[in-house]
Amino acid sequence: MAMLHTVNKSPFERNSLNSCLTKSKEGSTILLIEDAVVGALKGTIVADKLTAAVANKNVCVLGSDLNTRGFTEADIIDGIKIVDYAGFVDLVAEHSNVQSWL
Amino acid sequence: MSDGIKKFMFVNTKAPYGTVYALESLEVVLISAAFDQSVSLVFCDDGVFQIANNQKTDDSGMKNFSPAYKALGDYDINKLYVEKESLEERGLTLDNLMALTYEDEDDDWAEKPSIILVTRAELADLMDEQDVVISS
Amino acid sequence: MNCHKGIRLGKSLMKFTLLINEGPYQHQASDTAYQFAKAALEKGHEIYRVFFYNDGVNNATRLAVPPQDDRNITENWAALAKEHELDMVVCIAAAQRRGMLDADEAGRQGKDADNIHPAFRISGLGQLVEGGIQSDRLLTFGD
Repeated sequence: MAMLHTVNKSPFERNSLNSCLTKSKEGSTILLIEDAVVGALKGTIVADKLTAAVANKNVCVLGSDLNTRGFTEADIIDGIKIVDYAGFVDLVAEHSNVQSWL
Repeated sequence: MSDGIKKFMFVNTKAPYGTVYALESLEVVLISAAFDQSVSLVFCDDGVFQIANNQKTDDSGMKNFSPAYKALGDYDINKLYVEKESLEERGLTLDNLMALTYEDEDDDWAEKPSIILVTRAELADLMDEQDVVISS
Repeated sequence: MNCHKGIRLGKSLMKFTLLINEGPYQHQASDTAYQFAKAALEKGHEIYRVFFYNDGVNNATRLAVPPQDDRNITENWAALAKEHELDMVVCIAAAQRRGMLDADEAGRQGKDADNIHPAFRISGLGQLVEGGIQSDRLLTFGD
């Protein structure tokens, strides 16, 4: 089973999303929560990195945190999946372990 | 159920002193030694500064907890993975880090380095093998 | 064991330990952990332990008075713990550093007040490691 990575900080403020992208393996899942959801937006300075990640990793974003900050599915990069808290729980259960990039 | 030995990895990504995470993570690591699990530490990103040589806190008033890393070997915690790229990005080499060692009971108590330099890709593989990853 | 409403057939149920490293309101970490715990319990999973460490120990204060139109994080945790018999543990070393004391500890330390909500208990860091050993997954919520 692959690993689940969570990231909770905006990539425009912290390096944790970049750390996660460079230290996660192909086939792993990355879940953006809290302020990290803005990393999923189209047209940003990190969008190319996320688009590249979508090609060989499962990239998800917590929908409630996205909505809380005023964004919706229409605003995010193609291929990034939206999950709710129940989906977050499923991701934790389905992966062998979890690393929170803080 | 899971009464076997688990692989615990403590991933340190933050610099010491500016926040308390490094110190309080080390306290968990020292406690974990009492549970007979497989314990390893990672120092990556700004976490590499936690084990920098020559930390002197006399004038800042901070508690210097760096000597505690030297005790890890005595607790049989001797897998300290340091990410090569993180050192290089910060202009550091192994010479900038404390000489952390342990005595190998399987090799006539020979003193050996605890620090293991790994690449980012090797680190990704190591993390993948763990049962519990606690990062700060 | 906790209630098993909402079990999805074919999905295996798990034990989770949650580690919360930030205090209430300043960071979203405690809120995220709370929503995660609620969702996990609804699915029939077990929360083996919720461990509060670093500034996370401040979640256990019984003296917070948030504005009435805002959530009460400590009371939310307390209500969830009551409903599901959650084991909510506050690290004693981190708590003592930050002036978080239960009545016993206040007596031992010669302090004239205590501030830990009765839904939480104070214990050592070993409870975190033991949570990692006994649970299927340990999940960290922090900054």
